[in-house]
Amino acid sequence: MNHFPHGWGRPRDDIYGPYDHTYLSHSQSSGPNQHTQQPAVTGTSVLAAKFKDGVVIAADNLASYGSLARFTDVKRLHKFGEHAILGIGGDVSDMQYISRILNELDIDENYGSTGNTLNAKNLHTYLSKVMYARRTKINPLWNAILVAGLDGVGRPFLSSVDLLGTTFSSPTLATGYGSYLAQPLLRKLAETEDEVANVTREKAEKAVREALKVLFYRDARSLDRFSIAVVTKQGIELMEDEQLEGQSWAFADRIKGYGTQVN
Amino acid sequence: MAFIHPSSLLPSSNPSYSFREGIKSSAPGIQEHRFSPYADNGGSTLGIAGKDFTIIAGDTRQSSGYSINTRYAPKVFRIGGDDDSGTGAKIILAVTGFAADGNALKERLDSMVKMYKYQHGKDISVKACAQRLATILYSKRFFPYYTQAILGGIDEEGVGALYSYDYVGSYEREQCRAVGAAASLIMPFLDNQVNLKNQYVPGSGVGHDLKAKAAEPLEQSHVEQLVRDAFSGAVERHIEVGDGLQMLIATKDGIREIYTPLKRD
Amino acid sequence: MVGFDFSNYNRNAALHAQGVPLPKATSTGTTIVGCIFDGGVVIAADTRATSGPIVADKNCEKLHYIAPQIWCAGAGTAADTEFTTALISSNLQLHALSTGRTPRVVTCMTMLKQHLFRYQGHIGAYLVVAGVDPTGVGLFTVHAHGSTDKLPYVTMGSGSMAAMAVFEANWKGTLTRDDAVKLCSEAILAGIFNDLGSGSNVDVCVITENKTTLLRNHIKPNERAQKERNYRFPRGTTAVLNEKIVTREELSKYVTVHELSSDDDVVVVEKMDVDG
Repeated sequence: MNHFPHGWGRPRDDIYGPYDHTYLSHSQSSGPNQHTQQPAVTGTSVLAAKFKDGVVIAADNLASYGSLARFTDVKRLHKFGEHAILGIGGDVSDMQYISRILNELDIDENYGSTGNTLNAKNLHTYLSKVMYARRTKINPLWNAILVAGLDGVGRPFLSSVDLLGTTFSSPTLATGYGSYLAQPLLRKLAETEDEVANVTREKAEKAVREALKVLFYRDARSLDRFSIAVVTKQGIELMEDEQLEGQSWAFADRIKGYGTQVN
Repeated sequence: MAFIHPSSLLPSSNPSYSFREGIKSSAPGIQEHRFSPYADNGGSTLGIAGKDFTIIAGDTRQSSGYSINTRYAPKVFRIGGDDDSGTGAKIILAVTGFAADGNALKERLDSMVKMYKYQHGKDISVKACAQRLATILYSKRFFPYYTQAILGGIDEEGVGALYSYDYVGSYEREQCRAVGAAASLIMPFLDNQVNLKNQYVPGSGVGHDLKAKAAEPLEQSHVEQLVRDAFSGAVERHIEVGDGLQMLIATKDGIREIYTPLKRD
Repeated sequence: MVGFDFSNYNRNAALHAQGVPLPKATSTGTTIVGCIFDGGVVIAADTRATSGPIVADKNCEKLHYIAPQIWCAGAGTAADTEFTTALISSNLQLHALSTGRTPRVVTCMTMLKQHLFRYQGHIGAYLVVAGVDPTGVGLFTVHAHGSTDKLPYVTMGSGSMAAMAVFEANWKGTLTRDDAVKLCSEAILAGIFNDLGSGSNVDVCVITENKTTLLRNHIKPNERAQKERNYRFPRGTTAVLNEKIVTREELSKYVTVHELSSDDDVVVVEKMDVDG
């Protein structure tokens, strides 16, 4: 299964056979070498959930270099304007590039004469076109992105786009390993768009923090320090150096060995 | 005539069970690992043309591998509407396969139909739209849209029209068609229930002289029931089909939508 | 033990090299879990069996009997889980007879891991082994390559992460029997609704010191939708190309014929909607 960013967008092992590592030995020195074919420094899951007046989104602060926990203070949530925020997983250099082009876009838009600003929905449309165009050039931006905020009429908006330009939205979303571990928990909050009306900010935030904890238990490329943001009509509340609370390692003391060992 | 088979578009058409598929330990020359620009997002669609209506339906699950991306991602779209919600549209497009390509195709056709209206001051006919869709698909002959499309609407005689396509633009007008993940489960059902294949008139003869039942145009409510039954059956036996059923019905009065929940397991 | 027959190996290797496909095995793309509680252990499974993207069996049994107080939940290749558990069950029974003691869970686990290790993962059985024996409660996972694990709560199969998320979020150190059944059921439901390889119903097995309870189809959250139309065909719809009538007298020359008394005696293997 493709849990890790370097597996995203690659042919499935069970259908196309395992990944061929032989290219590593001599691709650097000879032969054509073009475009990003694999990510280097990566961020793991991004989680988000809609509630009745807005959206909560979170990602941990780790940037991994393979199995090395390389940077532990990387902010993967990026504000855009007053009512939109995006969470980015996957390649960190591509993330910084996306952050830069969106910053440029924001500046350009603010010089516009219409007085309109781009909302989360517009941002998602723009990003999905960028991502799809890059995949079509076989030069993808190796990321999975969640866009959270408010749409043109002030309703909560949450949608995703990945390195292939595939887009989808749902009351709750999670990228990477989070799609396997966090999404089953988050889906209990609200299964359909109609059920979002019954979800309070407190419930949504609690569920996201709980899911982050489960990810820290089971995703080996995750961290207990994270960023979390809440977008409502009042604007964006972004907390960038949160610590997971109330971890439980109660099961650990009773484990002895893996089989016949006693005492 | 040969239609392009989907598997030939994916990076390798060789099955993994072949020994030839094994990893080369140290192959000489250039080794490269290719990023795959395609994915399969599952799901199924079908279309049935009636005397004065066309129904195009699709499930709303979008998956990748064994995961559900979302339980609600429409695969059936209104083409050439006046706004975001598609009001005023008269043509329906359904796409299965790679969702990003499906969306790109939808948006290209949608803007093309709108341009036609602005330039000619009238709505495009389904027949012309169908031909245009074929040329759009063929324009990417060597980097195809990994989508199987069906297009429907009401033709110039007021009769329900339905067109189905392969990946690179070969198309034909049909009475009914099922495409996508569960096509092989749904199409035989449609053959039997819409075109009355393998059904004979009891007592009309002996052996080969038995008269085949003649297919006649079905009532709209009848077709709606068939569509729901087709999908509730497909959900039972195909893991990528489920969550919800979106049905778009084109008549002379425009396009109506019916949503029915499906099993979510 | 005789073992496997490899006499077609060279022929098959040659056929594969020419691109002849292998027959596809039914796999139980699965969610299976286990959890211990005060005084016993619970294992649970979904009931979907798949062959590629097609559902091969909507209500299969993935909880396998090993001994009265030892049961296994199986994921992976269906045939491998069935035959491996049956083989170990048999050998464990012989062992119990020879020693005159009730079989232990660790013994079962050790036999399974040694058998699977010998076949280097080619036997695709991924198992959760659970039971109660004179030494207490046992819960293990056994992977196809022969590694094992001992934990208070375990999950396996394609839905293992959805199920594990439920355990990680809701597991507590002290659980009653009912808590454990509920927790395991929730974990399986997470697999059923979030993993495409898992589906249909929840089977549960509760093992305590003096009782084993198999709760087959404990939860059925995926009943088949009612069809809107009737698909019964009138008699004569299918063409009959030729007909031959064999009288009972003629038939009696070859077999014994019994007259059945009423319709009740007619054997219906699986009743379908259209049977009315």
